[in-house]
Parts: sequence; structure tokens; C-alpha cells
Amino acid sequence: MRRIISVLLENEPGALSRVVGLFSQRNYNIETLTVAPTEDETLSRLTVTTTGSDKVIEQITKQLNKLIEVVKLVDLTEGAHIERELMLVKLKATGSQRAEIKRTVDIFRGQIVDVTSSVYTVQLAGNSEKLDGFIQAVGTSGILEVVRTGVSGIARGEKVLSL
Amino acid sequence: MELLSGAEMLIRSLKDEGIEYIYGYPGGAALHIYDALFRQDEVKHILVRHEQAAVHMADGYARATGKPGTVLVTSGPGATNTITGIATAFMDSIPMVVLCGQVASTLIGEDAFQETDMLGVSRPVVKHNLSVRHPEEIPEVIRKAYYIAATGRPGPVVVDIPKDMTAPNERFEYSYPKKVKLRSYNPAVRGHAGQIKKAVDMLMAAKRPVIYAGGGVILGKASSQLTELTRALGFPITNTLMGIGCYPATDKQHIGWLGMHGTYEANMAMHHSDLILCVGARFDDRVTNATEKFCPGARIIHIDIDPASISKTIDADVPIVGPVDAVLKEMISLVKESKEKPDADALASWWKQIEEWRAFHGMRYETSPDVIKPQEVVEMLWKLTNGDAFVTSDVGQHQMFAAQYYKFDKPNRWINSGGLGTMGFGLPAAMGIKLTHPDHEVLCFTGEGSIQMNIQELSTCKQYDLPVKIINLNNQALGMVKQWQDMNYESRHAESYMESLPDFIKLAEAYGHVGVRIDRKEDLEPKLKEVLAMKDKLVFVDIYVDRFEHVYPMQVARGSMKDMWLSKTERV
Ligand SMILES: Cc1ncc(C[n+]2csc(CCOP(=O)(O)OP(=O)(O)O)c2C)c(N)n1
Ligand SMILES: [Mg+2]
Repeated sequence: MRRIISVLLENEPGALSRVVGLFSQRNYNIETLTVAPTEDETLSRLTVTTTGSDKVIEQITKQLNKLIEVVKLVDLTEGAHIERELMLVKLKATGSQRAEIKRTVDIFRGQIVDVTSSVYTVQLAGNSEKLDGFIQAVGTSGILEVVRTGVSGIARGEKVLSL
Repeated sequence: MELLSGAEMLIRSLKDEGIEYIYGYPGGAALHIYDALFRQDEVKHILVRHEQAAVHMADGYARATGKPGTVLVTSGPGATNTITGIATAFMDSIPMVVLCGQVASTLIGEDAFQETDMLGVSRPVVKHNLSVRHPEEIPEVIRKAYYIAATGRPGPVVVDIPKDMTAPNERFEYSYPKKVKLRSYNPAVRGHAGQIKKAVDMLMAAKRPVIYAGGGVILGKASSQLTELTRALGFPITNTLMGIGCYPATDKQHIGWLGMHGTYEANMAMHHSDLILCVGARFDDRVTNATEKFCPGARIIHIDIDPASISKTIDADVPIVGPVDAVLKEMISLVKESKEKPDADALASWWKQIEEWRAFHGMRYETSPDVIKPQEVVEMLWKLTNGDAFVTSDVGQHQMFAAQYYKFDKPNRWINSGGLGTMGFGLPAAMGIKLTHPDHEVLCFTGEGSIQMNIQELSTCKQYDLPVKIINLNNQALGMVKQWQDMNYESRHAESYMESLPDFIKLAEAYGHVGVRIDRKEDLEPKLKEVLAMKDKLVFVDIYVDRFEHVYPMQVARGSMKDMWLSKTERV
């Protein structure tokens, strides 16, 4: 099953390499990984999406917790949560394609953020399926370049991951 | 307040941490530190002949005393030479701190002379690693390193020290922190009371219980609690290779150690049990054999300080995270208070069954009128040393024979590389023990393969006068490899022969020690007595043993715990 694990990490050099190293060392999957500082400059927030059986996911969370620099973590998929990913796509856009792409972007509530005579650059945010859906809708033949941030997530309601 | 250089602060921190000995080897990036060492005499340095040996020395010391060992090496090759030793300690959860020189911080990343990313290289085989970024943080970094190494589930910690952090001309106010606080590291201090109660209820109701104890009992200094609980319950107890000595091996409730080369009765009892109380062990593949066939009728209580060890390979029915001594103490008082008693009738018939297994096989080997059997060498030394020596081992058949036939009644006496299986471990580990236990007999069981992996340390033994006894069970082969080739590759002995063995007697003499060769059975006892009588000499005892001996019992690959070879021809 796909899981989203959110981690508060000491904002120190080398901490990220320990997390990434753990995944490769123990043969766990990383599908996406995002990391950035938080409002507390001593902490980074890291979100990793992974897949595995319940047993593997339990090991992943336990092994992550064992890393000295991991302060706290939560498996967001255990409760209601919001997940978002940002994507920038460069599309071939000439002639009648231009109007067609514009319509698709609107349907997906995206924005065209850069334009040339032959290229549109589209920005899209949402959960990963929505971004996959957009790529399917425009078709891979027109795509020049795709960049995705990977998933960030947060629990719904009052629940917070903090010190 | 005193003003000290970074290097002086480092050495002073070691002293304030209570470190008496460090094991190491100098080089460019560590020279400021070595100079500070030279100018004091409280922290003593032991110069090895290869950095790997320094780590095994620190490791042997740590295993025998329960206190963290300390290593000091230079950057680059000095640091990378420690990796096998660090990995060895990591696999067996041994506390130690490895201080590594590093090129100056201004040069890092420029492929400077003797620059290696030691933090990166060591990362997968350490509990943690730290680097010094400002000289004034040295005392705190050192305090943190020892704290992390020695608490919770212990393990090695590497500290990377760029050369400019120890420069002699910059001085700082020194004070050693009494305490460290790490918000993200809080090892459990007691087990969950509800879980412990549930476990005790299950123990009382069990019909065919087994206690399965591991190295965690020794690391957690919980042997006396384990012994008390086991006696109060009257249950059979087995332990892992790493747990040897956690419960007296000569006691009647002890059914030997378990797993790949464990006793017939221990493996049978595990397989047929209805309840396993696992204390500080980790259901390693050398114990469980095929996990899907593991102990089909057993429910499992698992006590461990490391939550990640629980339900990793075998699911626990009752997990208890906590220090083993504290958890066992609580269990003992619950057992004593309890109105329920263990089921006496069920236990009596369970013991009857176990005694039948013990009688059917037990630990035994065929003797021969003229060839020396490796097992009899071990048994004889067990008797001649009254079972009270510190015994280190290398890796191979000799290791298994030593573990099978030397009966350990005390913890911290059996010192071997169980998790990583590192050939070359035995001699330096023995040296680390002898240095701090000069009045104790220290034996190193080894093979002619393993001993050559760190034989240069005979020179260190000369320098520091370390009269260990090296017992080379010379079968003129990489015996354990050869055994697997006999069993699985139709005796095609690919590279498992040692054809050009050195003359170990001359070699020992060349290093300034005594060498004794034993190749006739009738010489064995008198010569071993002579060897042990040479109290102040390192003696290299080269014993020509049966070249064709195999280690048994041996679990059948991919079988259950009860599937074993008992000899070359009997399989159960
Ligand atoms: C550093 C290292 N390399 C290889 C091995 C694989 N190995 C395990 S036992 C063994 C043979 C050891 O031979 P020896 O020391 O003579 O012991 P014996 O089995 O003959 O008693 C080997 C090569 C190992 N455990 N460690
Ligand atoms: Mg050999």
C-alpha cells in the first residue's frame, strides 16, 4: 500500500543522507521525497511516499525513529490528511493545440505561467493522481519537459506534527 | 578557567569521560592530537599494527567490561581501515567511540591528500556519527558520542575531526558537560506495565515454554535477573551464540545454545514449544532457519530495548520495549506475587520430553585413538582453566567448537563476532581483554586461516607484554568453507585449502614469543598444561587437529528449527 510518512528532522548537515541511506540500505522504496526547513529553523520537514506491506511500513517507521536526528514522525495515511504536489509542464503549443491545451488546463484548474510562440509552461497543483490525469489528458507526445516536486502532506483537523 | 587547544580538550574530555586506554595509529591529520596525548600520562595509548585491530581491541575490552571502547586513527586510509571493525561492533551492538582525524575543514571536498568522506563511508555501520565544526564544541561532541554509544541499544559512534579543529595555537575555555540532552533520542527506561502483566499471565498458563535469551541480556547487564526469573519459573532456557554466559551453561535448566549449530534439544524444544519468551535476542536467520516454518505452535513474548528488533522477522504476540533488566525485575516480582503458579504437571512432562531429546543426542562427537579432535582440545582447556577464562574466537569451525564445548557460567566471558562473522577478530579482541585483565587467563581460539588476518598484532603483544594464549585449531583448511563445500558442492574444495602455511612456531618466535606445536594425541594434555603454566608468556599453540571434522548439529538449509544433520550420515 502507498503511504505518506512525514518526518521532523534536525536541520543538520548529513541528516538527509541518513534518511535516504536508510531506504537504500534496507531495500525500502522511495517514490517521492521532499524536504525543506520549517518555521523553526532548527527543524526540517521531510515527506516521503513509499509502498510496502504493513510489516515493511512498520519497519520503515521504526528504523526512521531510530535515526538520532529524527525528532518525530507520523504516517499521514493512517488518518484523514491533505496531500499536494506541484508540477510544471512545458508543452508544445502551436496552431489549434493552443486553445485545446488552454481548455484542458482550465478543467484541471491549472495556470499557464509562461508563453512563447510555440510553447506553454503550465503549473498545476493537487494530489498525485490529478497530476497524472493531466499528463494523460494532454498526451505524452506534446510534452517537452515535466518537473514535479513530490508530495507534501499534512493531517486534517486539529492534529499537528510538532515538538 | 583553563585555556586548552582543541587537541588538549579532546584528550582532557576522554580523561573526564573516564577513559583509561585508547587504541590507535597515528598519521598526518591526527598529529595535533597525538602531540597532546604525548604531553600527558593519564590517557594511555596502545599502538597497534593495523587500524582494524585497534577497533577489535576496543571491542574486546567493551564486551568484557560492558564499558565503551575508544579508538583513535588518522584520516583516509587510517579511517577506512577501521570499517570492518566498526561493522563488527555494529552488528553485535557493542559500545565504542572511533575518533578519526580528517583533513582541515578548509580542504574538505577538494580531494586533499588522505581525504575520505568518513561520515559517508561509515554511515551504514554506525549507530551515529558526528563531526566537529568548531574547536570549542569538542567537549560536548565527545560527551554526546559516549552517551549515544553506551545508552539504549549500544553501538559504535564515529567522530570526524578536521585537523584545524585541533590546532595547537588556538585556545579555548574548557569545561566538560555533565549531561547531554538530545531531544530526538530518548531510549526507553521501563517496559509497558500492562504488557508485562499480560506476558506473566501467559507464562503461568504455558504447557511447553522455552526461554530464548540473547546478547541483549549481556549488554543490558541482566544475567542475574534472567537467572532468577528462569529458576522461579522452572522453565528450560536456551540462548543464542551472542547470549552465551547469560545463564550458567552447566545448570540443568540450560539446554544449550540454539540455531544453525545449536544443540538438538534446544532446537527441538523451540520447535515444539507453545510459548517462547525471547529476551534481548532478534530472531536472526542463523537462529530461526526458514521463518515460515519457525516454531508453528508457539506464541511469542519479545523483550527488547530496540523497538525495530521486535516483529522484524518473526511477529511477536506480546512486544515489550524496554531495558531487559528493568523488565525482568518487574516480571520477577509479578511471578512472586502471583497466586497462579506455573503448570507443574505440564512442565514435568515437558521436561521429560526434553530429557529424552537430550539423551538421544546431546552434545557429542566421535573420538579417535590417534587423531586429535578439535572438540577435545576445547573440552580439555575448559577443564584446565576451570571454565573461568575469557575466551575469544575467530570465525569458522573452531568458533563453533569453542562455543559448543567450553561451558560458560558467566556473562562477558565468551567474546566472538556473531553478527558479522569477522575473521581476524579473535587475537586483537583477546589483547584488549588481557590489557585490562592481566591476572586472568585469556584464550583465543583460532584457525590457521583467521589468525593470518591480523597476525601482525603479535608485535603489539610484544610491545605491551600481553601474554594471551593463542589456540590454533589447525585443520590446514578454511574448514567451515570446506564443510559447506562437502555438504552442498559435492566436495569441490574451491579455494578452501591453505597450502602454504607458515611455520607458526618460528613466526611466534620471530615476534619474540613462544611457539608450541602439538600433533600427537598423547601430547595434548601435558603440553596444554605446560602452556598454561607459562603465565607471563604469549604462547602460540599450533594444534594439528582432524582435517575432516564437521560441525554438528547443523540445521538443514531452508528447513524448520528441528530439521538437522546430527553427523555426516544422520539427518532428523
Ligand atoms: C573476513 C572474512 N572473510 C571470509 C569469511 C568467510 N569464512 C567464514 S569461516 C571461513 C574459514 C575460516 O578458516 P579458519 O580460520 O582456518 O577456521 P576453520 O573453519 O578451519 O576452523 C571463511 C573463509 C569470513 N567469515 N570473514
Ligand atoms: Mg582452518
